[in-house]
Amino acid sequence: MIVDFFFYLFAAVLLISAALVVSARNPVHSVLFLILAFFNAAALFLIAGAEFLAMILVIVYVGAVAVLFLFVVMMLDVDFEQLRGGFQRYAGVGAIVGAGLLFELAVVFGGWTLAPNAEKLRLSPTPADVTNTEALGRVLYTDYIFLFQAAGMVLLVAMIGAIVLTLRDRKTSKHQNIGTQTRRTVAETLEIVTISLGAGTTESGGFLRPKAPEPEPQPEHEAAGGHH
Amino acid sequence: MTAVSLNHYLVVSGILLVIGVFGIFLNRKNVIVILMAIELILLAVNLNLVAFSAVLNDLTGQVLAMLVLTVAAAEAAIGLAIVVVYFRNRGSIQVEDVNLMKG
Repeated sequence: MIVDFFFYLFAAVLLISAALVVSARNPVHSVLFLILAFFNAAALFLIAGAEFLAMILVIVYVGAVAVLFLFVVMMLDVDFEQLRGGFQRYAGVGAIVGAGLLFELAVVFGGWTLAPNAEKLRLSPTPADVTNTEALGRVLYTDYIFLFQAAGMVLLVAMIGAIVLTLRDRKTSKHQNIGTQTRRTVAETLEIVTISLGAGTTESGGFLRPKAPEPEPQPEHEAAGGHH
Repeated sequence: MTAVSLNHYLVVSGILLVIGVFGIFLNRKNVIVILMAIELILLAVNLNLVAFSAVLNDLTGQVLAMLVLTVAAAEAAIGLAIVVVYFRNRGSIQVEDVNLMKG
């Protein structure tokens, strides 16, 4: 059947590209194979009838997450060849763990049956006459509204966290520093000098300016410049 | 359900999960590929959820898959931000160097 053929095609490409993601020499190639894997997983979702999730997978994963990976891989100037060391050393351990996991999955798969009353335990049966997106919207905004809002909160926290982590404080920015502001004392900002009549302040050292961040000596004419 | 049976989906997602776990061990030094392997694992979870949702005609699985997708996106964003900050501070992203907090 044609659906079977396409299922096998997409599944094969998905698994091959997933294997290439973890074994590619260049991380840029890894990201590109990850994008291919996401596309094929979206096709498998389509075959299963989850159209909305398939589109979300393409938009969110390929459009946002994979591009984010691509940006990071390309912007960080990392010597990736150096990171390849120990590839053979860890391959054995990984193969052992992977084989164990595969064996466990096979054991579970062998003795697995659907519960006889599984049909009755459904929380939100799929309505027959509406599209997948509409049916999903009907349950998502009613029965699972708290789950939906919790997902939004997770995204908000992730956004704020990513911004806080990567925000670089420039030395030239003029924003208010409350700590420095309240630490200032009168003694370091204000000086009262007694000046005789007709004399400038030049010979008495000039006015004490508010302390500049770098303590380089001011030129003499500039210190008296504020007097006229 | 569709013409493809549930067992096909379960086999594919099981193999995908094993590939992801294997990738974490294989790329012990490159944290970016480790993050990509985690994405593969979560993709296998999503495939399982969608397959069961389609077989049982229950939309809950797809709602849960959307939640998993959200968490995966947030995890990727935070993880990559940490990688960028770490690279800025240390000039490398070797996972084995990350032992400053070891007692």
